[in-house]
Amino acid sequence: MYFSHVLNLKNHASKALIALSLLFLTFNSFAMQEIETEKTIIEVEKGHVNHEEKFDPTVTILEHIGDSYGWHLWGHTSIPLPIILITPQGLDVFSSANLFDEHHNAAPYTSAKYTYLLEENHIKILTADGQVDEALSAKVYDFSITKNVAALFISVILLLIIFGSIASSYKKRTGMAPKGLQSWIEPIIIFIRDDIARPNIGYKFEKFMPFLLTVFFFIWINNLLGLVPIFPGSANVTGNIAVTFVLSAIVLVIVNVNGNKYYWSHIFKPDVPFWLLPIMWAVEIIGVFSKPFALMVRLFANITAGHIIVLSLISLIFIFKSLAIAPVSVAFVLFMDVLELLVAFLQAFIFTMLTALFIGTAIEEHHH
Amino acid sequence: MELITPSIGLVFWTLVSFLVLLVLLKKLAWKPVLGAIHERERSIEDALNKAELAREEMARLSNENEALLKEARAERDQILKEAKELKDKIVAEAKSAAQVEGANLIEKAKIEINNQKLAALDEVKNQVATLSLDIAEKVLRKQFDDKQKQDALVSDLLKDVKLN
Repeated sequence: MYFSHVLNLKNHASKALIALSLLFLTFNSFAMQEIETEKTIIEVEKGHVNHEEKFDPTVTILEHIGDSYGWHLWGHTSIPLPIILITPQGLDVFSSANLFDEHHNAAPYTSAKYTYLLEENHIKILTADGQVDEALSAKVYDFSITKNVAALFISVILLLIIFGSIASSYKKRTGMAPKGLQSWIEPIIIFIRDDIARPNIGYKFEKFMPFLLTVFFFIWINNLLGLVPIFPGSANVTGNIAVTFVLSAIVLVIVNVNGNKYYWSHIFKPDVPFWLLPIMWAVEIIGVFSKPFALMVRLFANITAGHIIVLSLISLIFIFKSLAIAPVSVAFVLFMDVLELLVAFLQAFIFTMLTALFIGTAIEEHHH
Repeated sequence: MELITPSIGLVFWTLVSFLVLLVLLKKLAWKPVLGAIHERERSIEDALNKAELAREEMARLSNENEALLKEARAERDQILKEAKELKDKIVAEAKSAAQVEGANLIEKAKIEINNQKLAALDEVKNQVATLSLDIAEKVLRKQFDDKQKQDALVSDLLKDVKLN
């Protein structure tokens, strides 16, 4: 029964995934499926008309790396996700399936409060005569559970399951050698502790371990899930600027909240002639923000770039409209995917490493 | 622009889910996991230290044993040496005592032999004297059986006196 708890884990995970799917499949998903069959028939007829439509890789790629309402699975099947809007008239919640017609094109939807239309992947409010009301649309705050948010929740649940099971195996096997999943994760935890936290932060590293571990595994699992082309992967979570923005904003807060008097005196009382001080203040304050900003851009750009390369290689097949190019594309994509596996780990490592480094410089005791 | 504009919804949900994840993992996972790893490392270190101490103790004990053995060996050698010396001394003493005794005995025997010899010689002398007297008496008796011879002897004797 060496892998018994891994099997259990899979069991938990599949249960959780089913539960999650049920959560996102809102009440009208049944109706969706009925429409689906009709839709395909219509699509086949319509297909001949649209066949000559020019393939634009930029649109396709941007669509794939961007966020979307609803989780596209295959063909015309997608999981509708809840739309949550804070409008001037209050909260408005409905399913994303309502925003699409049977041909999977944007369609206006009239809720109890407004009429909405999806325009360039943004939800706009329509006036009574069917025109987009830009002024009113700007007042709508969109808190929808988009594809990225759903993927985020899945990764959070996965992390909780994985580390919950690991923590319980630590409790069960106190003082014994690690086993199974535990022995796979433990070297990584020790790596973060001994090679990232301890050398960069110093003896106070223990206080920051939970954050470093969480941020590392959060970025890593989302990078990896982003490489999986099918549900529950396929979302580009860590390649989204909003996610990296939040992570680096948290780093900014942690670094500056823990900054000691040396750190602040280095910023406000640097060892320069007094007339240089205003310039130094500006430079130092820019420095405070530029460090997490670099973190944000680095993670976002690396993951997005990887996705763009993979999608571009796949797009080659459709650009050349030839199956002969497929083996070449697949070979290159395979190579890129293997590289991306490395990048997935590397970016998580770099983010964690630099976070530790910034914390280390902020809490450094004596000054040079 | 769309790509690098963070949307408020995703920012909000990322913040919420990351913070929830951080709090939950801190409580559920990191605390027990890091605690357990730390505890295990400490126990391993303890065990290694104890092993090292035991090894030193062993070395110390074996050194002690070695020293004891050496001491015992030296003592045994000493005892053997002393015994040998004692034996030699006793033998030598016995030898010299025997020699002295022997010499004494020989001396005494010599004196005895001498005494015996002297006694024997005395007796022989006495016997010889007695025999000589007997012989002389018998000779004389035979000589003085006749009167003439007696007168001759007396006149001889008287002659000697006159000459003197």
